[in-house]
Amino acid sequence: MAFLSFLKKGKKRSPGRESPDRGILVFENTSEVIRAENLLKSVGWRIRVVGPPPEIRTGCDLAIEFPLIEELNILRLLREGKLSPLQVVPVDRPLLQPVDLFQIKDFGRYMMVRAANMKLTVEKGTLTIVNVSGGGCPDVPYLAKEMVGKTLVEAPSPRDIGHTLCGYSLQMAYEEMKRRCSR
Amino acid sequence: MLAVVGTVPEEDFPLSTGPVHLDHDCIRIEGRSIPVNRGTPALLAAAIKAGENLGMSPPFAYLIGDTGLGRGSRRLYEHLAGCLGQTEFRAITFHYLLPDVDWHNRVLFAVEEMERRPILIADAGFMYAAKMSGQAESYDLFTPDVGELAFLADEEAPHPFYTRGFILHEDNRAPELIARAYEHHNGSRYLLVKGARDYVACSEGIEATIDRPVEEALEAIGGTGDTLTGIVSTLIVSGMAIRDAAIMAAKINRLAGKYAYPTPATQVMEVIRFIPRAMEVAIKSEDP
Repeated sequence: MAFLSFLKKGKKRSPGRESPDRGILVFENTSEVIRAENLLKSVGWRIRVVGPPPEIRTGCDLAIEFPLIEELNILRLLREGKLSPLQVVPVDRPLLQPVDLFQIKDFGRYMMVRAANMKLTVEKGTLTIVNVSGGGCPDVPYLAKEMVGKTLVEAPSPRDIGHTLCGYSLQMAYEEMKRRCSR
Repeated sequence: MLAVVGTVPEEDFPLSTGPVHLDHDCIRIEGRSIPVNRGTPALLAAAIKAGENLGMSPPFAYLIGDTGLGRGSRRLYEHLAGCLGQTEFRAITFHYLLPDVDWHNRVLFAVEEMERRPILIADAGFMYAAKMSGQAESYDLFTPDVGELAFLADEEAPHPFYTRGFILHEDNRAPELIARAYEHHNGSRYLLVKGARDYVACSEGIEATIDRPVEEALEAIGGTGDTLTGIVSTLIVSGMAIRDAAIMAAKINRLAGKYAYPTPATQVMEVIRFIPRAMEVAIKSEDP
């Protein structure tokens, strides 16, 4: 879950705590959120992905929570990265957090990691991805098509080619699998 | 007739409507071919195989390409909102679409305009939208896996990605999660929960548990939940009561899995091939 944690720049806040000094950036789709998250974290901004509040949810939403006082700087950086949020909304209540529990199933020759509703299975000897299951968003069959049959090293990262929350969940499973396989 | 609504993993696949056929390892619609990998093509392939066994006509599909950006899903939602009211189907199964509450509601309005209300079945992204819209009780059957059941049970979660940690996704808590889903009005008339143990439930409680044969590897195989949804949809359209169809479909899917001698690396088409044999055995075992 390293990529979901706050970076160490500044004081760490506890999740779920009311944060009237924070805002959220709302984008057109999850892939733009992922690009923005990568960009902002790469230069050390203290941001995290969250679920938007109910009044602006549409169905498959992810947003970026950020320190409101840095709005202009962050928007400038996003513009430079050709990213334009649809809305910037101040938040004064706890927002939904992504699932951060993993379930591991050892099949002997194979290992399966589940994050939220997504499961990734790898042959332990070759690190080949043999199956992707679960999920309900339309990029899941696409991600499976692109990843199954390739090794963890060769396969594209779900973060790079996925567009939905199921894709994001698969990214979490993929990172956990890589972490476990590198031990 | 059964209608199936879903997406295929190609961004430029055009909106296609019509009967679907199985040709080796591909489904065919309007002269176009799509490999059966997982997702809606796997659901359709299973429905076709099950229907052939029962002498039924092939399912009618509404398909479009979408790799997750949602453009195809929105185009399909729009098409359905405009045309479903004038159609007639015994059942409609909604499957892989980008969850969108507003469009989901427009499609449901169109269903209400149909002369005879079809049996409504939802799985995958469309089930997420149905729950998030607060309309779960408008559906006759949801087919969640255990992770998705936890999402249905969490009255706060708009997507399985946000299911709160205290609602653990453990098979042995499924009865508790089913009760919680109904308590918060997030269950359809029946639930067919797929997992190490399959459950058929309604608001009164668990109606049946199916846990034989056991093939642990099936959980890892992408598409085995889709095949279950395809089989149960076909059995319902054949005239079977929803509860009985759900129990029978769970048995058939498990048997087809067993006959494929699966490993976690098995691909779903290898399971689909055994659906006819599994149906014969499951139906025979029900005969007095």
